[in-house]
Amino acid sequence: MGEVIATRAAYGKALVKFGATVPELIVMDADLAGATMTNGFAKAFPERFLDMGIAEADMMGVAAGLAACGKKVFATSFAMFAAGRAWEQVRNSICYPRLGVKVVGSHGGLSVGEDGATHQCIEDFAIMRAIPGMTVLCPCDGHEMEQAVKALIDYDGPAYMRLGRLAVETVTDSVEGYRFELGKGVTLLDGSDVTIIAVGMMVQEALKAAGLLKADGISARVIDMHTIKPLDEELVLAAARETGAVVTSEEANVIGGLGSAVCELLSARCPVPVIRHGVNDQFGRSGKAPLVLQAYGLTAEVIAEKAREAVELKGRQAGSLGAL
Amino acid sequence: MEQSRVKELELLATRARLLGLKAVHDCASGHIGGSLSAMDILTVLYFETLKVDPKDSKNPGRDRFVLSKGHCTPALYPVLALRGFFPVEDLKLFRSIEGHLSGHAEMHHVNGVDMSTGSLGQGLSAAVGMAVAGKLDRKDYRVYALMGDGEIQEGQIWEAAMAAAKYKLDNLCGIVDLNGLQIDGATADVMPTEPLDKKWESFGWHVIKADGHNVSAVAAAFEEAKTVKGKPTVILAKTVKGKGVSFMENNAGWHGKAPNDEQYGIAKAELEARLKELEG
Repeated sequence: MGEVIATRAAYGKALVKFGATVPELIVMDADLAGATMTNGFAKAFPERFLDMGIAEADMMGVAAGLAACGKKVFATSFAMFAAGRAWEQVRNSICYPRLGVKVVGSHGGLSVGEDGATHQCIEDFAIMRAIPGMTVLCPCDGHEMEQAVKALIDYDGPAYMRLGRLAVETVTDSVEGYRFELGKGVTLLDGSDVTIIAVGMMVQEALKAAGLLKADGISARVIDMHTIKPLDEELVLAAARETGAVVTSEEANVIGGLGSAVCELLSARCPVPVIRHGVNDQFGRSGKAPLVLQAYGLTAEVIAEKAREAVELKGRQAGSLGAL
Repeated sequence: MEQSRVKELELLATRARLLGLKAVHDCASGHIGGSLSAMDILTVLYFETLKVDPKDSKNPGRDRFVLSKGHCTPALYPVLALRGFFPVEDLKLFRSIEGHLSGHAEMHHVNGVDMSTGSLGQGLSAAVGMAVAGKLDRKDYRVYALMGDGEIQEGQIWEAAMAAAKYKLDNLCGIVDLNGLQIDGATADVMPTEPLDKKWESFGWHVIKADGHNVSAVAAAFEEAKTVKGKPTVILAKTVKGKGVSFMENNAGWHGKAPNDEQYGIAKAELEARLKELEG
């Protein structure tokens, strides 16, 4: 079992690590430095840390101006406010001029827990993905997060990255030959009956689901799709062709995120059954994070259930095709 | 300022008005009213104040200008063209699918534009970012941002105003084009913003009031701003929407409307008469 660490904590550590060697790196926050864990960078490099106060719209605009002068900017807040409140500033001041600002939204999804629906952003994947030229990612663990931060520093364009609040098990450090590349998914587990494509902390659940399925004699492939946009089309197409059934899993609304991205690709290029697992177009609510996740079905058990359904659908389709 | 220099700048501003008017007339769309009100300010900026070089337009040490009222490209593009950033002939393709001069200011295809703008309320924030970068890099360039007096109803302007004061951006100079009108009518009726001097002062800015059509006064205001230390400056520039074309002056209806052929003929004749007067 790998280290248990929240991706926000890994983000904060990575900023400090790379801050020492990347003088153009600027980190911004909107009065949430303790929660988003940019406070380590603030302490280490006070001159290059800008706390913009509770003013996310302005933060995105200032980030754009800094990037227009050659700075590599990580503008950080909660996902709700970075992606939601400041959406139009991100679109018009950052993405349209193709400026090198990384919009970072911490506390994404329902695992925010007690704070409840106003702070549980489940729409960030959809609304950020809808902006032309925007890269959208959500690393699943601390190991992947550090490499994602490095990749974003080296990437010149705009990107949105979601961080999670909860401490999660590190699973990518034990993958042989693991190498993080923007826009390239990682096959964590090979399998032949069904593919589970997951993002963020649903990756850990997907791996557990594969274990449950194995007991039923179902061989599940698990893909860690840390980058939702651009989607790793080659990897998804190969999985669809080779396993014939797909489940997508995300801690986000099933409208517009990873599931939609996979369906958009497969409907045209390799139409196999795809079941989208995530939040079913509902607002979240307050509660201890694990209990909220359970209440909304964001668990390994439900992923396994969806995978069995997908396998059954595949069988039915094969049957009906045979009858033709 | 020498009287001869005043005349030169007035001539340039009148030529720019003619070019902006023609561009809007030719493509039958665009924002002429607020462009005419801002024309003298932009002329002074590009021909008197800004340290920029059209042949080296991306120089990291250059002064920067953000057209926060990004729709006023019929002012910015003619002034950039006259200053040599691109050929005057390019204005023929303003707002055309065949050209590169988009309706709102765009930084990648239009040489000399430092920031893409158009959605109101966002430009001052970008200017704050550029000014912070200048401070971090110990560079002595200055940053200018032109806002509309309707635009400053956007809350983001005041977020940016707070940030500029926090970071003591004495390398930043904002200008408010106070023409008193916005699309739906008088700013005082749509959403009152006065007293603007007290508002900006209370946000920690040095305030200068100037006649936005007096090139000498505008230039002097920019010079005064350079001497202010430890805080940003805003110039409240009193202007006339539609300035220079009699039937467009002080008329909100000309905010985003193009003149027809007949109206264009009258407007052109008025500006050409002014040109003759200045040349004579």
